[in-house]
Order: sequence, then structure tokens, then C-alpha cells
Amino acid sequence: MKVTFPHMGNQYVGTKVLLEEVGLDVIVPVDCSKETLNIGTKYSPESICLPLKINIGNFVESINEGANTIVMIGSCGPCRFGYYSILQNEILKEMGHEDVEIILLDAPQGNFKGLLDSIYKLTKTKNPYKIINALVKATRVLYQIDDLEDLMYYKRPRQKNIGEADLYYDELHKKIRGVRGYREVSRLIKETKEKILRIEEDPGREVLRVGLIGEIYTILEPSVNVYIEKKLGEMGVEIEKSLRLSHWITEHLFLNPLNITMDSKIRKEAKPYLKTMIGGHARETIGYGIHYAKRGFDGLIQVYPFTCMPEIVAQSIMPQVEKEYDIPYLCLIVDEMTGEAGFNTRLEAFVDLLGKRKEMKVS
Amino acid sequence: MKNCYLGIDVGSVSTNVVLMDDNNNIMGKVYTKTQGKPIDAIQRGMKEIKTAIKEEIKVKGVGTTGSGRQLAAMIVGADVVKNEITAHGIAALNFVDGVRTILEIGGQDSKIILLKNNVISDFAMNTVCAAGTGSFLDRQASRLDIAIQDFGKMALLSKNPVRIAGRCAVFAESDMIHKQQLGHNQEDIIKGLCDALVRNFLNNLGKGKEIVGPIVFQGGVAANVGIKQSFEEALGQEVLVPPHHDVMGAIGCCLLAREHAAKGHLTEFKGFDIINSGYNVKGIECQDCANLCEVIEIVQDGQIMARWGDKCGKWNSLVKKKEKLA
Repeated sequence: MKVTFPHMGNQYVGTKVLLEEVGLDVIVPVDCSKETLNIGTKYSPESICLPLKINIGNFVESINEGANTIVMIGSCGPCRFGYYSILQNEILKEMGHEDVEIILLDAPQGNFKGLLDSIYKLTKTKNPYKIINALVKATRVLYQIDDLEDLMYYKRPRQKNIGEADLYYDELHKKIRGVRGYREVSRLIKETKEKILRIEEDPGREVLRVGLIGEIYTILEPSVNVYIEKKLGEMGVEIEKSLRLSHWITEHLFLNPLNITMDSKIRKEAKPYLKTMIGGHARETIGYGIHYAKRGFDGLIQVYPFTCMPEIVAQSIMPQVEKEYDIPYLCLIVDEMTGEAGFNTRLEAFVDLLGKRKEMKVS
Repeated sequence: MKNCYLGIDVGSVSTNVVLMDDNNNIMGKVYTKTQGKPIDAIQRGMKEIKTAIKEEIKVKGVGTTGSGRQLAAMIVGADVVKNEITAHGIAALNFVDGVRTILEIGGQDSKIILLKNNVISDFAMNTVCAAGTGSFLDRQASRLDIAIQDFGKMALLSKNPVRIAGRCAVFAESDMIHKQQLGHNQEDIIKGLCDALVRNFLNNLGKGKEIVGPIVFQGGVAANVGIKQSFEEALGQEVLVPPHHDVMGAIGCCLLAREHAAKGHLTEFKGFDIINSGYNVKGIECQDCANLCEVIEIVQDGQIMARWGDKCGKWNSLVKKKEKLA
């Protein structure tokens, strides 16, 4: 059995460790590229949101490398993601990949047996110690990589030689593919972190702070958001993301079913604007927007895939937040038609605006 | 010897070059079609400027903007490379002090820029769709067999405008054809079209934004008096169109270049000789990783000037290293 899974930013690091620690053969899909999107666009429904298209591309590219099993996560929110695994199964069947099996790890809505069965099927073991041990290691590695990402957000706008931090960061990702298991991956992350920490900073740099909000896939996967964090970083902007992987995993797979979530504070912030759960992360988008505004951020950027219903609702609410909290807000919508030149223009203009605003406030 | 500043705006539809002196007087302006060949358009524009200027000049700074700003900057050796929003904002401020709203419709992009205390405070650009209002009007004018210059004037003659669905150019066009077949006269249809485009602009870009006067309308489409009048009716305020409304981006670049030079920076300008150089652009697909980046290579008279488009920076730095060796 050769297992593969879809990409979502740095999630692959955690998933790779998880699957390798239970002793499986893993095929990490090649980095998302234009080709990935081309495959996805060709075989997916035209008006479906972008993440599904990328997922299909990932699957096909991995199957071509010999994968025969796909692990997919489910969701119980009323957003299209909940329907992904079913649709993807149909698409793959239609393409002639009938022998490829999709194992769905769905958040257990009170039904823990279903989840356990899927896990047993995947791991071919009923030894709970082995599974829990792998889970713990994977979660730990996710926190490590998120930690490293935080450091990147901090270093990018401050590094003396622009692009230096990304040199080490890209190198890390290349190396991770070549090693196996928790210990090796964790060691690589630690090494890279030390290298990045040593990068020389320019103390005179004016750094702006921007909160990145929006749909989780588009803010986590750099190939989809046209490398927005790198671009912003090199323009002198330190970012913070509303949704993070480590956080999402603990929240959705472990805490949500038990009804204890960490995001209740954020939801309270969003409540005056949006009272109820409408699926996806609309409440988080608004809530974090307010949260960042209160913490004195210079601006907010929302990114979401074209036709994403919950984010459209959030987008229509954001101008009100922008007005009431006096914080500039920019919305970027991505899909396979996204032109990079237009994207850059908007980002540049927004950063210009934030810089001028800050100057005015200071003087 | 007169000190001058050069501003170049390379858009998808038009390329504009403006030469401005120290007192913000426009000494020469060129508005030329890009026609998918930005390098040719830049060279053509520079040539026209050069032949139009008779006195001795010294270029003290160069600015570029528009979607082809990087390319233009590389070719002419620019000091300032700025996005269209900032360039347009600066230019409008220079013409109407205290301007609060800028409506800008070009060939492909439409934008709204809001200012407060002479500083850009908010902006919006068409997000999902490349509105292409300018190109769309061109097309409709030729379909109705009216010169684009007269298109706006005809709208002013309308007494009974028809309502046209303006959500999207595709719908607008089919609705227009439908209205023609119902027998409406041309003036009313054109007026209806202007109203529809303005309605669409205000709904898509202006939503949630407070539009306060003075309002400046610029970009190529500002030449269309029909659209100007529709804006005035929709906003209930006077809309000002600056005299050089079609080259405001390039003017903004001149002003930015002037500011840059005033800070004591020397220009990187390569001189007007570049109009005689031969340029080639080569696209190569880098096969080194799965990203398959399309790397663009600019070649001037057989020598590689710049490379860009790669995500990892490998090709970019290759050129820089060569420069250091030489």
C-alpha cells in the first residue's frame, strides 16, 4: 500500500510523519504547480472552489508516481468541503482510477467507531499505543513547523539581504522529502530554525503589521495565494494568519467533537456582525479581523477562493468592520484565472497606503 | 539645459509617455496603443517624445507604472517603479488639491481611490473580472458603426434612456442587441449603456464607500462625456475631468521621479538611445522543479539584461552575479 494525501501548505510535514510513524509507505505529492492546477481544472466541475481542483491535481500526480491509497480529511460544516471526498471519489472513478482507495478521516460527530474503523483500515493495526504515539508526534511536528513559519513572518521583513531566509526555508522543504520519520524531520526543522535565527537584521527597517484572514486553504497554501506571505514579507510587512494548521487540527479533530473550542473568544468578537455558524470560517474571518484591529495591526487582507460562500458573506460584512475599527481592508479572490500582475498591483498599493497612514499617525 | 522628468505608464491597452519640467508643466505627451507589444510601444513613445522636444533637456528622473512597469523599468532604467493606484492618486492631487475621490477607468482595470487630507485612505480595483470597460466601449462603438470619439456625445442627445443589464459585459451586449431589435434609437441605447456601466462601477467598486467631492474622473474612458454625465447623475455631484486625463498614470510617475530626484538620488536613465536598440524577450520553462516557472529573459542587442518570473530566484540571481563579475 502506497499512501498519498492532498497538499495544504505545511500540512504535508505532519501527515508525512503521522503516516510514516505507523509504518506506511508514503508518497508526498509533488509541490503544487501550474500543472497540478491544470490537471485539477480539467477534471473538476467548473464552478467548484479552487481547493478541490488542486486536490484532484495532487491525487493524479501522486497516482502517477505509484500511490494507490488516498487519505482525506472530512468536515461537518455546511461548506462544500464536507462533500469533497465523495466528489473526489467520483471524479477519480470517472478518470479510470477505480483501484485507488480513498480513506476518509471524518471528524467523529459522536460516532467514534467510524473514525476508529477508518484508522484501523489505514494503519492495519489495532494497537492504540502505536496510533496515539504517531498522532502525538505528528501534532508535535506541526507545531514545530508552524513555529518556524512564525519566525519566517518575523524575519522576512527584517532580514538585511532580502530573500536569505527563504533560501534556508526552501532548502528545508526539499530535504524533508528525502528523510523518514519524526526524528529526522524534527531535526531538520530545528537546524533550519537555528540558521534562520542567525540571519542578520536591518534595525532601521520600518515594519508594518498585517493580519491575513480568509479561507483556510487559500491562506495556507502558497501556490494558491500567489506566494502572498513572501511578497508581503519582502515589501516590509510582518503578517499573522488567522488560521493555522496545528490549531485547526486540534480544534477540528479533537476539541470540536467534545464541544470545547479555543475559538470561542474570536466568535464572541464576530457576534455583533454574524450571530451564527454559516459554514467554513466566516466567523473566524470576521472575528480575527476585529481581533487584529484591536491589537493595533496596520491592515487586514482577506483571501478566498472564487465562489466560496462563507467568505462572500464575510466579505460583505468586512467594510463595516473596516469603518468601525478604522483599519484598512483589502480583499483578494483567487482561482485558476488569477493574474499575478494584478495581484501584485493591489498588494503594492495596499502596502503603500498602510505606510503612508502610519507616517501620518506618527508625525 | 532644462531639467525634466520622464513618466511611462505601460498598460495592457495603451502605453503613455510624459515629459514634465521642474514646474510641473507637461512638455510632451504620447498616448499610443500597446497592441500586445509593450517594448515596441515604449520605444515608439520615447521616439515621439524625443522628436517633439526641440530644446536641450536633461532627464533627472524616470518613473514607470502600469502592468508592464517592471519591463519598462528594465528597458529605460527607471528610478521609481510604482503601482497604478499610487501613481494615479499623486497625479490627481497635483491637479485638484484636496481631491477626495478618484474614479479611474482604463482599458482593462477600473479603480476607485479615496483620499483624506491629501493621502490615499482607501482604494478598490475590480477583483474577479477584468472589467475592460474601455475595450468594451470600443467594441460597442464599432459594432454600432460610430466613431469612439462621438460615442459619448450621442449619449447626451438621449431623451428616453433604456435600461440595460450591466452586471457583466456579456450580459450588457446581449441585452443591448435585444433592445436594438425592439426598435429603440441609438442615442437612448448608448445612454442606457453608459448608465449601466456607471451603475456597475459604483456597485462593484464603490460598495460601502462614502463618495465625497471633489471627484476626479480619469483614465482613457474619461474622454467619454456620456459616462461622465452618467456619473454626475448617479452621484448627484459635479465630476471633474483633468485636461490630461488619459495620461495621469504617467504624470504621477513624473511627479514621483521628481520627488525621488529632489532627495538627491541620481538617475539610472539609459538615455534616449535605447530607441535604437533591438530588444528580444525569450520565455523559457525552467525544468528544475515541479513549479515549471516561466522565466522571462530580456535580451538587448544580444546581451541578457534581466530575467524574472522564477519563484525560487535562481535565474534572477544568475544575472546579478554576472553583473558583479563584469
